[in-house]
Amino acid sequence: MKNLLNKYLRKLSLQGLARPEDIAFLGIDDQVFIAGGLLDKKPLLREPLLEVTERMNINSLLLAIPTEPMRSIIDELLHWGRTGNGLLLPRDTETRTFLHDIPVVTGLKPDDIVEALSHRKSVIVESMGGIVTYGTISPEQAFVFMSSTCFSLFVKYFHDHLKYLKETKGRDEYAEARMRRFRMIGRMVNPPDRRGIDYSPLESEDVHKAIVAAGKLLVEKGLVDSYFGNISAFRDGIIYISETASSLEELEDAIDEVPMDGSSSVGITASSELPAHRAVYGKGRHRFILHGHPRFTVIGSMLCERDCDDPDLCYRGCPEEREICGVPIVSGEVGAGPYGIVNTVPRALESTDAVIVYGHGIFTAGEDSFRMPFMKMMEIERYAMEEYFRQVDAFHQKR
Amino acid sequence: MEGGYTGRYLAVDLAEQTWAVEETPEDLCNEFLGGRGFGVAMLRGHITKDPFSPDMPLIIATGPLVGTPSPTSGRFSVISRSPLTGTVFDCSVGGRFGTRLKKVGFDFVVFTGTSPDWVRVDITREGVVFNPAHELAGLSTGEVMKHLDKDLSYGLIGPAGERFVSFASIVFDGHYLAGRGGLGAVMGAKHLKLITVRGDGAVRVYSEEKLKKARENVMRLLRATPAIFGEFGLSNFGTAALVDLIHARRMEPTMNFRQSFFPDSGKYSGYRMKTVYDTKKTGCAGCPILCKKQGSGGEVIPEFETASHFGALNENNDLSSIVEANHLCNDYGLDTISTASTIACYSEIQGRSFSPEELLSHIKLIGEREGIGDALAEGSLRYAGSQGVPELSMTVKGLELPAYDPRGAYGMALAYATSNRGACHLRAYPISYEILRKPVAVNRFSFEGKARMVKISEDMNAVIDSLTACKFVFFGASLEEYAEVLNAVTGTSHDVQSLLAIGERIWDIEREMNRMNGFTWKDDNLPERFFREAGYEDEKVVIPPIDRDAFLDALRRYYRIRGYEESTE
Ligand SMILES: [Zn+2]
Repeated sequence: MKNLLNKYLRKLSLQGLARPEDIAFLGIDDQVFIAGGLLDKKPLLREPLLEVTERMNINSLLLAIPTEPMRSIIDELLHWGRTGNGLLLPRDTETRTFLHDIPVVTGLKPDDIVEALSHRKSVIVESMGGIVTYGTISPEQAFVFMSSTCFSLFVKYFHDHLKYLKETKGRDEYAEARMRRFRMIGRMVNPPDRRGIDYSPLESEDVHKAIVAAGKLLVEKGLVDSYFGNISAFRDGIIYISETASSLEELEDAIDEVPMDGSSSVGITASSELPAHRAVYGKGRHRFILHGHPRFTVIGSMLCERDCDDPDLCYRGCPEEREICGVPIVSGEVGAGPYGIVNTVPRALESTDAVIVYGHGIFTAGEDSFRMPFMKMMEIERYAMEEYFRQVDAFHQKR
Repeated sequence: MEGGYTGRYLAVDLAEQTWAVEETPEDLCNEFLGGRGFGVAMLRGHITKDPFSPDMPLIIATGPLVGTPSPTSGRFSVISRSPLTGTVFDCSVGGRFGTRLKKVGFDFVVFTGTSPDWVRVDITREGVVFNPAHELAGLSTGEVMKHLDKDLSYGLIGPAGERFVSFASIVFDGHYLAGRGGLGAVMGAKHLKLITVRGDGAVRVYSEEKLKKARENVMRLLRATPAIFGEFGLSNFGTAALVDLIHARRMEPTMNFRQSFFPDSGKYSGYRMKTVYDTKKTGCAGCPILCKKQGSGGEVIPEFETASHFGALNENNDLSSIVEANHLCNDYGLDTISTASTIACYSEIQGRSFSPEELLSHIKLIGEREGIGDALAEGSLRYAGSQGVPELSMTVKGLELPAYDPRGAYGMALAYATSNRGACHLRAYPISYEILRKPVAVNRFSFEGKARMVKISEDMNAVIDSLTACKFVFFGASLEEYAEVLNAVTGTSHDVQSLLAIGERIWDIEREMNRMNGFTWKDDNLPERFFREAGYEDEKVVIPPIDRDAFLDALRRYYRIRGYEESTE
């Protein structure tokens, strides 16, 4: 248990979500193990956290105070981003399928935490700007819920800020303060760094090695939070694809080999987007596919000018034809259901090498290796970010 | 209760050929839910009796969701003491029998006593009719079924149950089995050949509207779960979808578990059976998944465990003999897993593998208790023991292991050992996270954190078996959604934690029952082979033997988490 806690403690820190000294990670086996330094700094938090572990049938509990810019983002959202009943309601696909919404409690009171976590996967503790999540089978769940919560809040903040500027033209009484804090937050966000990348592993003849390398690079460049996204390659009638619930930076033992003709059911553990990948290969144009959730691409995909009757349904049936950087945006739900992206993504990829899914992420595809799809995803994200800040700056200048 | 339960149960005395309608106690519903929980509660006070004694109850129990529009609510449980393991034993069964029993007006039935001669029991709304069944004795289940009304639901035993084969099954509605643990022999000891039920009443639901909403919440999650509705999922290929996966993970029990890899299993994979037999979907009443498969010629397509054990475990790659073995087991009323494993054990003792024809002839010998079949009918542990090589029996607490090699999934190894009914994969089903990656993937070659995972899963599955819901649903949905379903049906206000508390109660009572029958921590163990021999090795994958110290350490953690006092000294 200690090893597992330390593994995810490291990941939280590597992915820039929280520093070890700002984390309390409790693992419950026959005794409670604690990783992270937060309880050394704040021993008074120990009792309430232990009480929560006793009252819930869980195997891990995670309290983290995120690093910047998440810390300021949470601050801002608590300030002006809540719904009428006090919670945060991001609109991206990860939230929709996974988190539903994110409740907020004032302090670390066990009653409140237990109540919130009986219904939702994460909760924000207002008094310390922290987030609490849990796992029932593995600490990995707590890590994934944490990572997913931060992603959703990040997307919500930047999306809502630009929407706010568009609606108010930046002329209301709060604009000054909000923009000041936005500039501070914006300075802490960087586009994916394209210097010093060794592309040769992406071109490896060994399909496994190429997939493993592509997974690591996607995570390293922040194009996906590790648990989401998927990767595949097609060779000699076999689809090599990352497994469901795999971490893209550790795909060494998590690649399924699925015969295109359906003659083996090993694909039962493959990524839930296997049907979309399979349909793309069925069209014959591509042999390598990357799917990531780059943040500004996701934010951009949701910034639609059109006034829809029910914006809640845009994610699965947007009528508007839009694009970012020349890349078309389509809609669709996860999986192969009637609204599934299996119906939209393969069709779009018939005539292009990249397609963005509304509120969700991006698929890039190539013929020879992962090199072009990777470069393409990175460039689109860089462009989406530049474009985002260009639009914000336009309002700043207008004022 | 505002809905879900009928409020009545049936007590049948086979010796006196009398019956009584009793009230289902409200406390029983609150504390034990139904199904397995009901059975366990009703067995208290009887569990130390001989499984074949007339006083040993045989219980058939439905759950609160059965007969309502709840998703996968067509299941029920059969509970008694196993003649194979000596433990308390329950089987979760599909088909229509549970739904009919509920609709005829009963939550459960308790059979006691031994009939003077073979008897058929017909359950109707008016009560019970006892009919002589002398002319049915000795008939295979298939022959008996030919003479039954198509609109009847029924459970019956074959020749194996009549002859006390200690792993005889009870066959419901053609091909739904109370398969494991020899409950068919308990039925045989009561001279009960056949039970029928005819019923079409309605089961009351507390709030139709809430049920509709709760049902949709479950269904949405199922549609989003590849293991269920995906192109390679259970709905498409049945449980045989797992043949390829378990093969790929190199944890496919082969040659009586001497190896964990069989090169030829593609010959009986889900895809292969679907293609060769042109299968169609069938399944339990009220199920959206329909994981049972039937060939276009009416063949019953074997489940994953059956295919793998009559295949790899017996070094057999002949598909038609596997389908025929499944058919023979159903006809004689034999548990396929124990039958296949006992023959594989015999084969290892004999020092040679059997041809497909020999495999089939051994099934017949066991079903008839003729020749070597008489000794094999006692199960592999007693047979191997009689030959002085008990270590060649691949059993826990006397129950033969199913088709997941524990060397390939350590949570599964621990769960086999701690299971209250012997080597069963479904008590905790760690395969869900160790192999199927649901809800999250864990390292299958480590015991880290597994003790608590297994404990929580055991409690959860005790709830599922008592509800009585289908385990497959829980690849997608969770107890959160099912608590809503239950509350909508019965008007209770359960949540995940209150349900898990019921699961824990059931588990602890079962454990106490086993203790009363002399079981100790020493019985929470795996066959020696798994600690000494590797299963498979190539340059990519190694399936080494399990480290015994790590196993024992996990077991001690498990006891501490459960609050048991076992010391493992
Ligand atoms: Zn995605």
